[in-house]
Amino acid sequence: MHRRAFIGMLLLLVTGTSLGADKPLRVGMTPAFLHDQHALLAVWRDYLQLRLKRPVEFVPRDRYRETMDLLQQHKLDFAWVCVYPYVAMGNEVKLLAVPVSQGKPIYRSYLIVPAKDTHTRSIEDLKGAVFAYADPLSNTGYLVPRFDIKQAGHDPGTFFRRTFFTWSHRKAIEAVASGLVQGAAVDSYVWESLSKLNPGLAARTRVVKQSEAFGFPPFVANRSVGQADFDAMRAAFLDMSRNPAGQSLLAKLNLDGFIAGSPDLYKSAARMAATIGQP
Amino acid sequence: MFFNLSLRYKLPLWGGLLIVVTALTLSLSFMGQAYDDMKQDVLRSSEDLGLTMSRALFPLVLHDDVWPAFEMVSLPFQDGARANTMHAESLIVLDPNRRIYVSSHPERYPVLSDLAAIGREFAYVDKELGTLQAGETQVLEPPDSSRLFIAVPIIADGVTLGTLLVVHDTSTFWFRFLRLADRALWITLIVLGVLLPINWYWGQSMTQPLSLLARHMETIHRQLPEALEPGIYKYGDELGQLYKAFAEMVAQLKEKALLEKQMIQSERMAAVGRLTAGIAHEINNPLGGMFNAISTLKRHVSLDSVAQMTISHLDRGLQQIRETVAALLVEAKLKNRDLTPQDFDDVRLLVTPEAHKKRIELAWSITTGEPVPLPSTPVRQILINLLLNAIQAASDGGHVSLQAVMDGSNLLLRVENDGKTLTSEQMGTLFEPFSRFSEQGNGLGLWITYQIVQQLKGEIKAGADAGFTHFLVLLPLPGLKGENV
Repeated sequence: MHRRAFIGMLLLLVTGTSLGADKPLRVGMTPAFLHDQHALLAVWRDYLQLRLKRPVEFVPRDRYRETMDLLQQHKLDFAWVCVYPYVAMGNEVKLLAVPVSQGKPIYRSYLIVPAKDTHTRSIEDLKGAVFAYADPLSNTGYLVPRFDIKQAGHDPGTFFRRTFFTWSHRKAIEAVASGLVQGAAVDSYVWESLSKLNPGLAARTRVVKQSEAFGFPPFVANRSVGQADFDAMRAAFLDMSRNPAGQSLLAKLNLDGFIAGSPDLYKSAARMAATIGQP
Repeated sequence: MFFNLSLRYKLPLWGGLLIVVTALTLSLSFMGQAYDDMKQDVLRSSEDLGLTMSRALFPLVLHDDVWPAFEMVSLPFQDGARANTMHAESLIVLDPNRRIYVSSHPERYPVLSDLAAIGREFAYVDKELGTLQAGETQVLEPPDSSRLFIAVPIIADGVTLGTLLVVHDTSTFWFRFLRLADRALWITLIVLGVLLPINWYWGQSMTQPLSLLARHMETIHRQLPEALEPGIYKYGDELGQLYKAFAEMVAQLKEKALLEKQMIQSERMAAVGRLTAGIAHEINNPLGGMFNAISTLKRHVSLDSVAQMTISHLDRGLQQIRETVAALLVEAKLKNRDLTPQDFDDVRLLVTPEAHKKRIELAWSITTGEPVPLPSTPVRQILINLLLNAIQAASDGGHVSLQAVMDGSNLLLRVENDGKTLTSEQMGTLFEPFSRFSEQGNGLGLWITYQIVQQLKGEIKAGADAGFTHFLVLLPLPGLKGENV
């Protein structure tokens, strides 16, 4: 027994070394998508492990700030982040892959109100309302509505009577649907995905306005990740649309596939962030 | 009207009424208790939940985490959540300014709205809500409202960040209570369904003997009531005592009636006796004169044949009158020879030929033994009269018996025959003179017997039982009574 176990351990060591590393690749997950689909995450992780032939670990966090901290502390190798954290982290991260939704690597911010509210036409109609933000580092769930308020000539700090963070787009939609708030701004990808998964909930909200298009929340790699791991991971993402297992996953993710993408996709978001200032 | 009803209906109706009232009272008090218990249970579980939740809410309110606070208060109301055991309508978190911080039903109770502005009941809560310390709760029941509020402070370390209101709609209590009451109603109906027939049966069986008794009592002034059959009511309670008393009363009344009848009879007999004796004496005096006249006529006057025949006719007629009067004037010829068993044998010898004529069996049972200190002649006459009567009354080939026994200081004679029994009407006039019951005889036999018995200070009775007619004669022994007849 002991001998066999010893040989097994040796083999494992050798195999690990041959693949470059035996420590798992850690991938941060944020509410940039419906990150509470735990079964989906497990399948996705298995898919990546099979492709990369090494352990992969998903690290879900509710707040973008936490995921950013983990990246900066080198506790994460990769992460699916929102646009603003990507822009804000600058050189600390590299663009790994950009999801493609409905044929384009873009998404928008949806201003939503309860379905019962039929009169709201723009964010200006929500002056003095109770408003839900997703995350202070969210592009679509925070920056976009505040930018719009500022563009309309109001002070985003006092425009609403009360605001709070739900720390997830999905919960922001729930807050609007339940009537807790009179409005929220959410990720179009999350709203569209939810309207497929849970049509009843999405139907209790009404999209008042769609913002301009922004680059889709990207997968980023920590600067510290070696080129081989980076390439292997990027290939694993880009290949997803080319094999049945990946296609099935993409269908569940409500995505078409991944592209390598370019940092230029995020220029408009960076400009807007600069206008509104550091949150 | 009701109070004049028969006890047969009144008693079960009263009993039924009492059962219904008792069952309803018990059910109602039980249901009242159940309602209170249920309310207390709900309040207590609400308080417990409120206290636990308020503790968890404190850090959320402190950090102004509205969304987690909302998730927490709306958790018991999610679809399919069985956790809402407290049956609250909603949960409301108030900030220190009594504005809604968050609520489980934001459409009804929107964030930031003033509590007092929501409605009358909430204005009442706003007014009545006091300052609560940690662990304290306040129950608020606005008047004329179906809502009930339990206030729990959101407090830690003496710092109050707000209040948690558990809102109840008491109509849900009422709904739950109705389900409970429905069950209680059925149980009550089942109990009534069992008890009422038992009560009816019990009342009937209790009052049936009573009404039977009442019916018997009603007739008492018209006629002697019939005695109740024994065993109708066999218990020793008041009703049983009543039955016993009634039976005793009937027996006493009968005895009294019998006594009265006997008294009237003997008085009548005495009156008839006096009358007969008077008439007999009145007849005897002229009769003696007439016999003298006839004798004189026969001796001193020579008569032709027609006159002689006429005189002879008169003589025979007067003889017959004298015999009849002599029979009416019973004179016990008292001789001081005591009655011996030989006298009974003599009597037997005298009546046997008559008995043989009808092939009647004579049963003879004499146990007196020693000579009895009673005059033998009148006793022999009594025996002969009674036995000849009995033989005459008995059917052909029938039975006649004589029993003579000493009963203390009395001689008892019993003469029996198996002939046709006497009717009660015949019994009433049995001992009167000329009361003929048969073709033969002059109707004076029993009269004479009666007179002799009377003169011997005795008693005579006639009776009938089991197809036998009997005559019972009781003659007291004179010596022992201090009388020397």
